Amino acid sequence: MSLIEARDLRRTFTLRRKVGRFRRQRHEVVAVEDVSFAIEAGETVGYVGPNGAGKSTTIKMLTGILVPTGGFVRVCGLEPAARRRELAGRIGVVFGQRSQLWWDLPLLESFDLLRDIFRVPRAAHADRLDECVELLEMGPFLHTPVRQLSLGQRMRGEVTAALLHGPRLLVLDEPTIGLDLESKVRLRRFLARLNAERGTTLLLTTHDLDDIETLCRRLVVIDHGRVLADGPLAGLRAEVARERTLVVDLERPVPPLELPGARVAHVENDGSRQHLVFDRERLTAAALITAVAERAPVHDVSVLEPEIADVIRRLYELRESRALPVVDR
Amino acid sequence: MASTVRAYRRVIGSRLRAQATYRLSFTVELCAQVIAGGLELVTILAVFHNTTSLGGFGRNDVLLMYGLATFGFGLADLAVSQLNHLGELIRTGKFDVLLVRPLGTLGQVLTLDVQLRRLGRAAIGFATLLFALSVADISWSMAKLALLVVAPLAGAVIFSSVWVAACSICFWLVDGREFANSVTYGSSMFNSYPINIFSAWLRRLMAFVVPGAFVAYYPALVLLERTDPLGLPGWLGWTSPLVAVAATAVAGGVWRFAVRHYRGTGS
Repeated sequence: MSLIEARDLRRTFTLRRKVGRFRRQRHEVVAVEDVSFAIEAGETVGYVGPNGAGKSTTIKMLTGILVPTGGFVRVCGLEPAARRRELAGRIGVVFGQRSQLWWDLPLLESFDLLRDIFRVPRAAHADRLDECVELLEMGPFLHTPVRQLSLGQRMRGEVTAALLHGPRLLVLDEPTIGLDLESKVRLRRFLARLNAERGTTLLLTTHDLDDIETLCRRLVVIDHGRVLADGPLAGLRAEVARERTLVVDLERPVPPLELPGARVAHVENDGSRQHLVFDRERLTAAALITAVAERAPVHDVSVLEPEIADVIRRLYELRESRALPVVDR
Repeated sequence: MASTVRAYRRVIGSRLRAQATYRLSFTVELCAQVIAGGLELVTILAVFHNTTSLGGFGRNDVLLMYGLATFGFGLADLAVSQLNHLGELIRTGKFDVLLVRPLGTLGQVLTLDVQLRRLGRAAIGFATLLFALSVADISWSMAKLALLVVAPLAGAVIFSSVWVAACSICFWLVDGREFANSVTYGSSMFNSYPINIFSAWLRRLMAFVVPGAFVAYYPALVLLERTDPLGLPGWLGWTSPLVAVAATAVAGGVWRFAVRHYRGTGS
């Protein structure tokens, strides 16, 4: 059985708009429309899309905060909204922008309270807490009131707070928002390890592409409330972004290279470094390097994979032109 | 069940401990509460400086009503005043965090903080009640003694229910706090006086729709063995615990309806 199963999940909101001086007209806004996907235990899934695409609304329906307007949803075998409290004990939720800690209590006391709220046996709590404290290096500030913590420290506390009851699924809504680079790297490393060693399933929404690159093996792209694409990150890349960039460092500056099957995207150092974009279905990197070497002595080369931003942008372009490939899992 | 009680006990305990670290602000705010409660008392005394009777009741009778109402209101204030932050919780999305915990939403909102300084108002009410009892001419019986103990508690439950029901409007209007406060604090004001001095429509609203008359007025009539100038039967004073139970049920229903609206069923 899938850990998360959503079929034709739908959510609308009724808004009242002013018409004239006193009259108000109701109109419906569709936030999530016929969203379907299944997530198996142990997966790491990035749920991405532009602002207002319906990411948060979906997350709220999966965690039992919002009741779906239509469709079917099961998380850990439970109907989230109807069995919210039971589900709360089985999943962990981290909101990047909302704290679940008590601002005036030391971090450690917040964890103690959560132990009582989630009814975690003392020994299991202590084990999990020790592990998180060690891996997230929280020792130095365990006794500091939450309001005095830096954002990076607090987020480590938030993630720990969501894991103390040993959930099989961790849902993270923009977990790295506002964090500095070092904090992000530390958090990602921890989450990757959590998935690898504990098998904890990760579902995260993010705008940070490095989060996806380092954490997610699968991507679900959503826009205007609909699933735009769903598939393994590698597959999506190959399917919709076949272009690669070859960066060549030449012994001496030359004018932009004109080679069949490749175009110059960018030139640096008066032409001694050039970025050549090519379609890897039609041309291999090796062939391109050989072609370059015939024009000028090559000092160094590297091949850039397309960035996830390009993959997503490409998806939108394809959707606009109605040539969106169907990506099966 | 036992584990739920334990969870709340621990949460409340931690809230009280957190407060103990801000002693000065606690003392100042406690004094402010005492002064606020005391001002209402001074108002009543000033009225009786100029007249001997208010709606047929003397100063000591009104002090008894004020004492019962303010003591009950003070206890309710202590228990449910966190509802004043409900609009803010909803606006900032913090309410969602409460929904991903294995506890009920109302209990969690009420225990977000426990402000002991709010005891100031209850203390004024309690002191006034003691004074009124010492000067009032009451022929005591076991039943009346029981009523005296139960009435402020029932009053606290009635006020708390009014508070919960009124604050539920925040799920529709984010700035619903002003409306809610006019009902709750207004109700406390109203109940500090004999209800027969108010105009009929206000009385119907604040004494029976919002069952404020059962907090102080009718229990006081029983204690003083006075007949109701409005002509309603004397046994009403004994019904305040029942009214409290009914008010709790209604408030619980309103809250559940409001949370369901927030989460989006039936809208």
